[in-house]
Amino acid sequence: MSARESWRYSAARLSNEVRRGAVTAMEAVESGWEGPAREWEARVHAVAHHDAAARAAGSRAAVKGPLAGVPVLVKDNLCTTDYPTTCASRILAGWRSPYDATVIERLRRAGAVVTGKGNMDEFAMGSSTEFSCYGPTRNPYDLTRVPGGSSGGPAAAVAYGLCPVALGSDTGGSVRQPAAFCGVFGLKPTYGRLSRYGLVAFGSSLDQVGIFARHAGDVALLFETLGGADPCDATTRRTAAPDVSGWDRGVAGLTFGWPANLWAEGVEREIIEGLEDAAARLERAGARRVTFDFMPGEFAVATYYLVATAEASSNLARFDGVRYGFRHDDSSDLRALYTRTRTGGFGPEVKRRILLGTYVLSAGYYDAYYLTAQRARTRIRREYDQAFEKCDFMLLPAAPTLPFRLGEKTEDPLAMYLSDIFTIGANLAGTPGLTVPVGMTPEGLPRAVQLLGREDGEPELLRAGRAIEVGGEPARLGRETEREFAWPSKR
Amino acid sequence: MAIHREELIRIAELARLEVPEEDRDAMCRQLSEVLEFAESLRRLDLEGCEPSVFAPADSPLRDDRPDARRLDAARATAGAPESEDGFFLVPPIVENLEP
Amino acid sequence: MALEAVIGLECHIQVATRTKMFCGCPAEFGAAPNSNVCPVCLGLPGALPVANRAAVDAALRLGLALGCEIREESVFARKNYFYPDMPKNYQITQYDRPMCEGGALPVALAAGSRGFPLIRIHVEEDTGKSFHPERHGDRRISRVDFNRAGVPLLELVTQPAFRDPAECAAFLTALRRLVRWLGISDGEMEKGHLRCDANVSLRPAGQSELGTKTEIKNLNSIRGVERGVTAEIARQNLARLSGERIEQATLLYDADHDRLAVMRSKEHAHDYRYFPEPDLPRLRVEAAWRDEARAALPELPWTRAARLEREYAVPAYDAQVLGERRELCDYFEDCARGADGKLASNWIMTEVLRMTNERGWSIDDWARRVPPDRLREFLARVSARDIPGPLAKQVFTWLADEEGGVAELLDRHRVRVQASRDDLLPLVREVLNQNPGPVAQYRGGKIATLGFLVGQVMKKSAGQAVPQVVQDLLKAELGGQRPPS
Ligand SMILES: [Zn+2]
Repeated sequence: MSARESWRYSAARLSNEVRRGAVTAMEAVESGWEGPAREWEARVHAVAHHDAAARAAGSRAAVKGPLAGVPVLVKDNLCTTDYPTTCASRILAGWRSPYDATVIERLRRAGAVVTGKGNMDEFAMGSSTEFSCYGPTRNPYDLTRVPGGSSGGPAAAVAYGLCPVALGSDTGGSVRQPAAFCGVFGLKPTYGRLSRYGLVAFGSSLDQVGIFARHAGDVALLFETLGGADPCDATTRRTAAPDVSGWDRGVAGLTFGWPANLWAEGVEREIIEGLEDAAARLERAGARRVTFDFMPGEFAVATYYLVATAEASSNLARFDGVRYGFRHDDSSDLRALYTRTRTGGFGPEVKRRILLGTYVLSAGYYDAYYLTAQRARTRIRREYDQAFEKCDFMLLPAAPTLPFRLGEKTEDPLAMYLSDIFTIGANLAGTPGLTVPVGMTPEGLPRAVQLLGREDGEPELLRAGRAIEVGGEPARLGRETEREFAWPSKR
Repeated sequence: MAIHREELIRIAELARLEVPEEDRDAMCRQLSEVLEFAESLRRLDLEGCEPSVFAPADSPLRDDRPDARRLDAARATAGAPESEDGFFLVPPIVENLEP
Repeated sequence: MALEAVIGLECHIQVATRTKMFCGCPAEFGAAPNSNVCPVCLGLPGALPVANRAAVDAALRLGLALGCEIREESVFARKNYFYPDMPKNYQITQYDRPMCEGGALPVALAAGSRGFPLIRIHVEEDTGKSFHPERHGDRRISRVDFNRAGVPLLELVTQPAFRDPAECAAFLTALRRLVRWLGISDGEMEKGHLRCDANVSLRPAGQSELGTKTEIKNLNSIRGVERGVTAEIARQNLARLSGERIEQATLLYDADHDRLAVMRSKEHAHDYRYFPEPDLPRLRVEAAWRDEARAALPELPWTRAARLEREYAVPAYDAQVLGERRELCDYFEDCARGADGKLASNWIMTEVLRMTNERGWSIDDWARRVPPDRLREFLARVSARDIPGPLAKQVFTWLADEEGGVAELLDRHRVRVQASRDDLLPLVREVLNQNPGPVAQYRGGKIATLGFLVGQVMKKSAGQAVPQVVQDLLKAELGGQRPPS
């Protein structure tokens, strides 16, 4: 395969080619831009900021580490010194961070190159990447549909071939749901395993940096590179991150939970078919299914929207037009400066959540809402703990529906919130989750399932994800294309 | 509805946001809907459930040593809407008035 | 109806750590604007706090010194409000589970020592600094500097235990001494190391429930606290007399004009929406850390002052002055051990403090120049009446400025102390011959005249005679006996 076609490689293969000198870092980074991006980027709009000079500088500086020359699109809420960091919000328009997030530092130290900043829902608040000040990202499999969100840009870019891996953030499913909608792998690690230093905070106790990839092995490679304690983030764990090097060991002897009560109603048929397909692949590979009932996701959604908005209302107070970003011009006094800057700088969904969070924390309501939610969270964690006494991981939908159409849910916040019903629990419990693609529906939309693991259960999730990846009928993302990603012929 | 217009105005002021007159009813309705949905938590048995804490208990404190993250004044104010001589500039702060 | 004032204090102590509370920026004072800042203390997007062990240790030591209960697991919380000197628009502080609770600070008052009870001590971060509005082209602006943002603070809240402004001032003086003593803070109020807010209310004497209180902010000197509280008590008294109701309010004290201004705030403004800081784990102070800190605490100023009185037989006043600073106490004890305590305390309280003041030296500077053994030798010579008074002051100055022991200094400056009978007798006789009048007066019973004669001899000796010896010689020469009565 020529260097121009190197965008088809997995990250593992690509870095190998770069290290042995068959492909230069520059070629590795540019091949995605010259090939697939030319065809797709204008229509999909996965990228919020890109800059050929910054890419060239990054490629020249790339060291021969485990990710040598691997281009990575990172969500626009991860601080980078070489591109703007704006969280797709007008309030941070043009802002350049003077520092790199810890995960970005670790990427660079491994030889990876930041290839641009991925589009997203403003401040990661949304499930469709429609709430971006740069306009929506579209699903590369069907341009009338959303790519999911809030990390829709990175998910879509990995799906159409710009880069083999990307970084997002997952507060309530913002990596796993778009991964499902775009047919790629998406990992939300255990809380405290990836540093949040330099990830612009939304819900601090829920946020985790997440990984997109086209192959289970690449997820493992990035997790190994990025994981581990960070002295700049007091919420990272001191102990070593779990060892995921056995991602290809198979699933013989593992048991997976099958909480079928969760999809008894309100879940699309194709999603259930995907679950059955994945379960069959796991069983064929030697895993055992245990069926049990699990707590319905509505409680998690309710808890989440109280905790996340409360934290967000405080986290987003710093955007006030004094030290960085947008300032409303016509502000003769400070109160007006704050109010006009924030009113003009934030989009509607962000304002809605700030208002909700402010209310939840305000005098007289704190106990009824915030405190109750934090107690409910303890209860939800217990439910997860109990489930993982019965199995090594659970098999669940990543979302109740296939990708929905643009504009379908923007006016109905609650309906949008409910599209995270299967992902939110893991953020509340602090446990890991992995979205795994399982082929396509007959009309050509990606199908995916979600695996939920216990705390530090990434090794089991990756083993299972790998088993599903190689265990199915040769679909578009099956065994034959394991190392060579092939974009489906033009629709 | 859980949130009425006066309540909305109060929290908007706390959050330093303005909700235009014509959007207030819709905003009250949307927020109330989420809060009413959150009422489902009342059905959950929370007996013996302490509020959860997420940061790990084994997290160390920092040694009292300078680190390399310091910025000089030029870099510190580079992203500011308005700055001069290393200072951030803001509309006058009137000491006995809360902004 | 007699009214009594009830006052509570809220003190903020800046901890003298090398770096800030939640980041590695220098916590020093006086750098160029916005040059001691980083993503964390500027509140940049994505930055996260990590707590400084040294600041927590300072809180622990202060808490232990004051007999507080130390919570093994306390909680950082966010206090949310908008202010341009606050980078994140929330302050990381502690709320419902502070690190230290209870305890009391013993304060020496005219009527004896009294312990003023505390409610709590907690750790938090300081804000930046904003400057008075100024003209800038065709409009007015304020400048903001974040060098101070994130410097560690200890907030200490007292019970409403004070009845008059003088007690408040005495408390602050004692608190300042303690934080210096423990090495927690330089405690200089003019530099903002120690700041104070006061809550003031009035109630009929003897009533136990509290009246409506007002809060005075900006009390930035001990005198300011005294005057601000005095002004507020007067204001509330006057309001009551004219039948007004006291409204809960926040007042700012303007020290330049000795005036109180009411701080305006919008309705509902104070809803701080406290909640546990999700970016920080609980603050754990394990028993081992606590016990170690307790064992390492120095002898506390109030205990030490009492011991100085007892062990060195110095008056209570001296013990208070010496006990002001730990290094002064140490120096005193090193000099007074096995010596005349009162004499040591006299010299240290007057001469050492005067000279260090004049020359801008610290006690440590002084002790480097005049180590305790040198001062001890000097005191021994003074005590043995080897050096006459006026000469002693001169020798003391040489001691500070030059090397060597007392004998060496006297030699170097060609001073012979005339202490022997043989040296002095000729001078004594000369004076008696030249002053027949006073001699007659003395013999006539006017004992005070002896002083005059001693003075004349001293003059003749150019100050080098020892007065006690001169006096003995004069008495002997004037008849070897007491003057007739
Ligand atoms: Zn700093």
